[in-house]
Amino acid sequence: MLALLRNQKIRGIIFQLLTVIGLVAFLWYIGANTVANIEQRGIQTGFGFLEGTAGFGIDQSPIPYTEEDTHGRVFIVGLLNTMIIAAVGIVFSTIVGLLIGILRLSNNWLIAKLAKAYIDFFRNIPLLLQILFWYNVVLRAMPNPKQSYNFFDTIFINNRGLYFPQPEYNTTFFAILISFAVAFTCVYLLNRWANRRKEATGKDFFVLPWGIALFLLLPALAYWIGGAQLHFSFPELRGFNFKGGKVLSPEFLALAFALTIYTATFIAEAVRSGIEAVSHGQKEAAASMGFSPYQSLKLVILPQAIRIAIPPIINQYLNLTKNSSLATAVGYPEIVTVFAGTSLNQVGQAIEIIAMTMLVYLIISLLVSALLNWFNHKMKIKER
Amino acid sequence: MAVYSKKEARKAPSNVKGLTFWLRENLFSSPFNVALTLLGVMLLVWVIPPFIKWAYLDANFAGSTREDCTGGGACWVFIRMKIDMFMYGFYPSEFRWRVNTVYGLFLVLVAAFRYLKSPVLKIVLAHVYFIAGFLLVHGGLAGLEVVPTDKWGGLMLTIMVAAVGIVSAFPLGVILALGRASHLPIIRSLSVTYIEFIRGVPLITILFMSSVILPLFFPEGMNFDKLLRALIGIAMFEAAYIAENIRGGLQSIPKGQYEAADAIGLSYWQKMFLVILPQALKVAIPNLVGVSIALFQDTTLVLIIGLFDLLAMVRLSAADSYWLGYETEGYVFVTFIFWFFCYMMSNFSQKLEKRFNTNLRK
Repeated sequence: MLALLRNQKIRGIIFQLLTVIGLVAFLWYIGANTVANIEQRGIQTGFGFLEGTAGFGIDQSPIPYTEEDTHGRVFIVGLLNTMIIAAVGIVFSTIVGLLIGILRLSNNWLIAKLAKAYIDFFRNIPLLLQILFWYNVVLRAMPNPKQSYNFFDTIFINNRGLYFPQPEYNTTFFAILISFAVAFTCVYLLNRWANRRKEATGKDFFVLPWGIALFLLLPALAYWIGGAQLHFSFPELRGFNFKGGKVLSPEFLALAFALTIYTATFIAEAVRSGIEAVSHGQKEAAASMGFSPYQSLKLVILPQAIRIAIPPIINQYLNLTKNSSLATAVGYPEIVTVFAGTSLNQVGQAIEIIAMTMLVYLIISLLVSALLNWFNHKMKIKER
Repeated sequence: MAVYSKKEARKAPSNVKGLTFWLRENLFSSPFNVALTLLGVMLLVWVIPPFIKWAYLDANFAGSTREDCTGGGACWVFIRMKIDMFMYGFYPSEFRWRVNTVYGLFLVLVAAFRYLKSPVLKIVLAHVYFIAGFLLVHGGLAGLEVVPTDKWGGLMLTIMVAAVGIVSAFPLGVILALGRASHLPIIRSLSVTYIEFIRGVPLITILFMSSVILPLFFPEGMNFDKLLRALIGIAMFEAAYIAENIRGGLQSIPKGQYEAADAIGLSYWQKMFLVILPQALKVAIPNLVGVSIALFQDTTLVLIIGLFDLLAMVRLSAADSYWLGYETEGYVFVTFIFWFFCYMMSNFSQKLEKRFNTNLRK
């Protein structure tokens, strides 16, 4: 008997069995309590509430939404708003982060120090504080609509938000949109062909002028083919507020600014550590082969640095998406604000609602980690 | 066949030294760099002098009322009048010596840690400190009057949530990391599920869960305090991140260490606690400080579930009808405090990283 207990395999099995029993007992305990509590408090269960009328308004919705719509629709609206703020944040934080990360390594002393100051300053301030600062201090200090900051009579900033012209969605507009996609594909293919030719024959082909020409000519052609009917609706001051155009609310702006500025510091650090992680010998080898600094960066350093820098950057995108839930502090109607906030207060079915909200974030993070695995697999150094 | 022509060799780098050389090399090496430098100087001129003018030259420091703020700059009088709220929340002023004593005892603890060698003694002392600190602040023992947790607030609450969060999450994090590295399939999959689940959702949803759902899990009458619920949520959240960092440390330990421990007949727990973890934790410490910084920043989220941490106190004070319009000062002040704490911690972690880094090649 004692010999059995000393056997490592048996002990492992016993240990796991005890853990499972303990866990099941715990789950059973809280499950029973939850059922009792729910019955006693008269809380409904199940997902029937998703069909029920929400009865509250949402001031920003990418899809049509009225107070008569259901909680299920509120969930969709919240989800879409989360995706919008995440997409905007990812695009801008990548641009700012790459820029700051490169400036951080600049050989200009002042610029490198300024970039470091930016990183050290903003990453050490809680994101929530930054959101509240932009919302309560900066955007609230904007003038009222009558005294808006005016940029060329097309863009206006005031305490109601940022107003800018919006194109009418007609054939011309979509034709131009498609032409951009076509131009992009053409430049990509051209670039690939030029690289192949250079490898085969050593002849240079300058893609840049052709690319610019494509990006100018194709949309112009599309404008003409699409019926030359491009109209914009401009924001105009009518009475006390602006009419027409598109408006970005102060909540959205505060959140987008804070997320961009905060996440950009982490992206900049990822870029910097990626470039610095390429061993010094690589740079020296490139220099000794007579590469110019630009060539050595483009052909030797960056291809290796990107492999190191991209996984942490993708993780930052995930963090940004999760951090967008802080919107609830300023009331931007994303999923935590409207669904886990307002809907929860109305329906009271905390377990279902919190579980659905968590599931959304879980699915997003599972997708991101699948993407990361794929990337790591693809980028694995192919050694002999 | 490509034809290559011979290029002239580049000039050897100059070895002149001096201020002008440094300036030319670091600030004005090319037209592009000159432009960048000018841009940087413009940025500095645009940001720094106005800020100094606002925060210092035009600011008002003395006085005790709104009317004392006559300059166009910052009204630091507001901060001075509200500083007790920022530091202690609604904690009764006659009992504040208790909080200050706990702060003071922390210095004693740090000093003791420097001179004590035995890790067991250190751990015991740290636990004694935490329990004594809690009893002192909460009261209810030895004639100390009880101060209910809803009176706690301000910086004191922020520090407490961060400290208790880290300390209580740490053991759970170690167990989860060991579970994830374990060979037992059930243990491993449970640990992985927990860690990935927590890391996949935002802290705010966990705080909502602990404040709304947690009371449903326990029998009627078992009332959890709001602060305790937040602390449970934060500890659950933080444990997953600590576990991931310790896992990183565990993975850096060479296999020979495990085999050596097995070879001299150590049991699993002996092997882990005497051989593997001491080395793994050393590797993980810089990252664990990083987790602490993140947690310190995340404590601000408790304001969303209705606790009054430092940030919440500033918001509340700025909404005071007498001091309306001075929220900028409040936010600048709280920014400075958070920045100071986090910057100190991140410098500390960089120092640790350098100290533990045995790889000398650049």
